[in-house]
Amino acid sequence: MQTKNFASWPIVLVLTAISLPLAIMYASLVIDSFTNTPAGAVLPNEFTLEHWAFLVDPTITGNVWTVTFNTLIFAFTMVVVVLSVSATGGYAMSRLNLPYRRFFLAGILVMHAFPSVTLIIGVFLVLQFAGLYDTLIGVILVKAALTLPFGVWIMKGFYDAVPWEIEMAGLQDGADRFTVWRRLILPQVKPGLVALGVFAFIDGWGEFLLPRILAPTTEFQVLSVYLNNVSVPDSVDYDFNLFKSVGLFYTLPILILFIVFQNRLMNIFGGGTKG
Amino acid sequence: MQIVLKDFTKSFDGLTVIDKLNLTINDGEMLALLGPSGCGKSTTLLAISGILRVNGGQILFGDKDVSNLPSQKRNVGVVFQNYALYPHMTAFENIAFPLQVRKTGAAEIEERVREMARLTHIEPYLDRRPGQLSGGQQQRVALARALVRRPDVLLLDEPLANLDAKLRLEMRSEIRRIQLETGITAILVTHDQVEAMSMADRIAIMDHGRIQQIAAPEDMYHRPSNTFVAGFLGNPPIVFLEGKAIGNGAFESASGMRMPLPERLTGLAADQPIVMGVRPEHFGVKGRHTVRGTVSFIEPQGRETHFDLTVAEGEVLRSIQAARTDISLGSEVEWPLDVDKALVFDSEGNRL
Repeated sequence: MQTKNFASWPIVLVLTAISLPLAIMYASLVIDSFTNTPAGAVLPNEFTLEHWAFLVDPTITGNVWTVTFNTLIFAFTMVVVVLSVSATGGYAMSRLNLPYRRFFLAGILVMHAFPSVTLIIGVFLVLQFAGLYDTLIGVILVKAALTLPFGVWIMKGFYDAVPWEIEMAGLQDGADRFTVWRRLILPQVKPGLVALGVFAFIDGWGEFLLPRILAPTTEFQVLSVYLNNVSVPDSVDYDFNLFKSVGLFYTLPILILFIVFQNRLMNIFGGGTKG
Repeated sequence: MQIVLKDFTKSFDGLTVIDKLNLTINDGEMLALLGPSGCGKSTTLLAISGILRVNGGQILFGDKDVSNLPSQKRNVGVVFQNYALYPHMTAFENIAFPLQVRKTGAAEIEERVREMARLTHIEPYLDRRPGQLSGGQQQRVALARALVRRPDVLLLDEPLANLDAKLRLEMRSEIRRIQLETGITAILVTHDQVEAMSMADRIAIMDHGRIQQIAAPEDMYHRPSNTFVAGFLGNPPIVFLEGKAIGNGAFESASGMRMPLPERLTGLAADQPIVMGVRPEHFGVKGRHTVRGTVSFIEPQGRETHFDLTVAEGEVLRSIQAARTDISLGSEVEWPLDVDKALVFDSEGNRL
């Protein structure tokens, strides 16, 4: 039990005030996607599902489910790649006496400091050279590579928090280094893996720039790009309500994930000794 | 099993911390490695366990040279200071882990874990995770895990340091009981002289990577080989008076205080610089010599009282006596000193 040294209501009040615009926007987004509002009016006057028709009628915007499936594949592949490399790489960074370990650590931090946009030209050239430009694999590799410094760094932090003695005890008990890692150490960093996995999923789900730039013509379309294509504000048949519905559809999984995992996501910043 | 260290040498980054250490631990005995922090006792322990590689010399388990074997291939059980229990496993799974790694059959695992649990009195707690156990119970689980695969030697690294005072007392005798019941050879690393004295058959006292003396606890206390050992054992500690022999079986301290030498050392040549060591229990109770002084510190301990007696400028004798309240701070007293029990060291610090 934590003792309270001060009342919590002022903080709640301030936070509410700050997040009020966001809450209002979200509420209006939800309401607008289910209603029609006469031109010039503030309040909607009728309930309708027509803005959601794109879910079942491919003639409106193309088949949204294929795109959703693509996005899921993209996000899940991200999770798998980021988790497997971070779980092993973070361990190596934390525990193994690697040559150039300090250099690697510094490199990870530097990589972490650059936004992906600043690297896009170099990445483009590399992909072109490797023949991976305009392919799904290429986008996944680039996206994963850009997320990895963060992932490895976070996992290193979690591994650092596991006492050396547990590892020593495991070796003494007769287990080899890999068994120790898999059966004794990995379970201790599970909170980190869960948080990182959710983070990687959200990150992959939300990625727009890389697929847009590195795979512009491919058949493989993800939701972010799809959303961008749905409504072109300059066109005649621009449907703002459709744009809102698709946007909401796109945001929904993230919101759900966030609600389910919000406590575990905070682990990333807490270092992760307690779950 | 007999454990032998032969010219064991260990260095870290070129800095030699232990140079040619020789030590034999007899079969079935509990040997305490005692010393201040940084003396190399934990390094020695980790080298025996195989976690640290040796830089020179040999480690023998019985006749077998294990110097270059990894931890997994040495049959050593270790209890770490923080127990290092696996937090995501129950007590049962913790104890079973060393057997599972060896691919022991489920039935045998069950049987041997139960047997260990009986020995260490943790049967009711086997389903709990370490976080749900008290410090003493965690310690018992750690012991059970170390012993379950019948190791050649049991290593205990400061096993009582994380326990509160009452549990420490209990676990002290428990660990000893378990060691005696299993008849296992054990090495106890500790910086606590009371632990070492009360648990071990023999004590090896270390300082700066060297073994200063190996002896049975009583023997070491009464016949320390040098001033380091004499000063490390005993609480409150021994008092050293520097000075010289002045012939006729007498000693004169730096401040000019004179007292007779012990019977056995009356032949010391005059002017030989020596150090007298007086343990607090040998001052203030009985003896053939009396010392005058001013009481400069009183510490009641319930059953007994500790006094500091300033006998001269910069020279303080310590006394431990059955509880008494008739002495007040600053009073002048004249107390007997049992000079024959006093320890005498030469200028190098070796006992005469």
